[in-house]
Amino acid sequence: MPKNAGFALIWNNLLTLPRAVRESFARRSSPTSDRARSQSIFANIFLHIHSTRVHPQALRLTYTWGLGVASAALFLILTVTGVLLMVYYKPSLDLAYQSIKDIHYVVPTGRFIRNIHRWAAHLMVIAVILHMARVFYTASYKKPREFNWVLGLGLFVLTLGLSFTGYLLPWDQLAYWAITIGANIAASPREITDVMGITRFFDLGGFQKDLLLGASAVGQEALIRFYVLHVILLPLLLFVGVSVHVWRIRKDGGLSRADSSTTSAGKGVGAAQPLPQPPQASPSKTYGLMCVVKGRTPATNQNMDETVPSWPYLLRAELLVLMVTMFVSLVLSYFFDAPLKEMANPMVPENPAKAPWYFLGLQEMVSYSAVIGGIVIPGIAWLGLALIPYLDREKSRVGIWFEGATGRAVVWRSAFFAAIAAVAMVAIPVKFGWLRNWYPQISQIIIILINPGTILTAAYALWSLYVLRRSGSTRLSAIALFTCFLVGFVILTTVGTYFRGPNWGFYWSPSDWPVH
Amino acid sequence: MPSRLEPQAMPRRDFLGMAGLGSAGLAIFGSIIGMVRLPKPRVLPEASGRFKIGPPSEFPPGTVKVIPEHNVRIVATERGIAAMSLVCTHLGCIVAEAPDGFHCPCHGSRFDADGKVVGGPAPRALPWFPISRAADGALVVDNSGETPSGTFFEV
Repeated sequence: MPKNAGFALIWNNLLTLPRAVRESFARRSSPTSDRARSQSIFANIFLHIHSTRVHPQALRLTYTWGLGVASAALFLILTVTGVLLMVYYKPSLDLAYQSIKDIHYVVPTGRFIRNIHRWAAHLMVIAVILHMARVFYTASYKKPREFNWVLGLGLFVLTLGLSFTGYLLPWDQLAYWAITIGANIAASPREITDVMGITRFFDLGGFQKDLLLGASAVGQEALIRFYVLHVILLPLLLFVGVSVHVWRIRKDGGLSRADSSTTSAGKGVGAAQPLPQPPQASPSKTYGLMCVVKGRTPATNQNMDETVPSWPYLLRAELLVLMVTMFVSLVLSYFFDAPLKEMANPMVPENPAKAPWYFLGLQEMVSYSAVIGGIVIPGIAWLGLALIPYLDREKSRVGIWFEGATGRAVVWRSAFFAAIAAVAMVAIPVKFGWLRNWYPQISQIIIILINPGTILTAAYALWSLYVLRRSGSTRLSAIALFTCFLVGFVILTTVGTYFRGPNWGFYWSPSDWPVH
Repeated sequence: MPSRLEPQAMPRRDFLGMAGLGSAGLAIFGSIIGMVRLPKPRVLPEASGRFKIGPPSEFPPGTVKVIPEHNVRIVATERGIAAMSLVCTHLGCIVAEAPDGFHCPCHGSRFDADGKVVGGPAPRALPWFPISRAADGALVVDNSGETPSGTFFEV
């Protein structure tokens, strides 16, 4: 044995060190065959949540608009920037506002990171709502995807909850008064129990408020509670929920698509590798052990020839959506700063005190009645959305936007009706007042129950029943209802954002606001 | 065929299984109740609702004084002294004084000079608080209690 053989060996190992580390890390080299591509998805702990092959239609931009992936990407951005903000943020009454000020003005890149966190939060709400609209209008909630639709509605609530809890943390005037209003909405079932005279024995509103604030007013107890909800409990729930949501997409047969879609493989996304032709006598498709165990896996029913490997087509599309999402967040954050008002002052309310924009439609309804506008109507709307897949079970054209020309007509008519109804319900109280102005002695319960918000909700429900009667189709009726809620949400939000001024009065522009 | 008259005995194994499952469910339910008990405070962590506003001599008839840290408005008339809350009964904003009463900045509730609702979403009138006298003669307002509108404390 030569004297220096040991040294030569270790020298050689040192030279090949990078490759050895890379191979040990990736477990396999860059795939060249379809089989290897499937395996790189299947055998990777991060990627295996994807199916190994996807249908090209699932990758079409004009079908999904990448909205689900964008929502997840925004959640990722929010998690990363949120952890960075936690480095300096101090959830204490005396320090919270100062630490946000430090982050904004002193900490290197602090302002930019805070802006990104703020903008990504806004964008996530938009992306989630648009994602829901896409899923609805392409009938993607139909069997077997009913549960995933309900799960998505749960994730929508979590998204709003995260942004609501995050709103308090800067501890400025905006935060303090928005959360005061929010907490009192939680306490508003008292309006009903007061009328019934049972608040002393059964105070649901008080219970909810105590649980949320830990005190009778927004203070240190509320701040730490909101902090805990915002940085750990809700993100954890959202993470688990998103994981199940994505996993169910695959288990429910992949992204929804039209039955008739026959595409040549890889059309528009590059050609797939040709598959090895099976011998004539063998079955045209073989099933792995996992498929046999599952018994029913819809994804196995499709013809493999129509699909393309997820590696690289799906991964490339996802990366593209992530990059676009990051680009939009960064550009907005570069040009527009997140607001920071004066420090919270429990003695002087903001005038007008406005919640974040996506709650302004709710605030508009709350300005008629707290319990009806803040709890009952949102609850009914949410329940109505959750029940859609169970009430509308007719076979429909999954994967076709708006169900074709008939549905498109229903969308236009419903949008028109919803817009007129919403504008009227804002305009009538502004112009003529409401019950209390007409009959000052009227009983409180009537004022609570009969307000513009309930009338609007009833009008939308009646409209959808009318469509149901006329067309005999539950799907078209659901389209009518969903369109009404969507348009109503947009109009009320616009009114709350742009046309409401001091004392929640109606003003055509902020320049008309009285000076005070 | 088992019927109501001749019920079939449940196999012991099934019974034990059901009993085990049931007790596990009960235990989980109990611990969830216990966990909700923690964030629901037994005592709210804040100062007592009673506070002194000074001797009656500071409130001759015609005095109107707002105590901002308690959001209470003290009015003294020939009939006596009264304290009214300035926290809107709708969603907790602080109402502002206007020529015709009080206006809420958040959702436009309107109250007359006695706190009665005259417009907007507020479900009830601004509460009036009981006033009493402490041993040292100072007036004490208790904003955790409530007294009918129009109740004046006679000095």
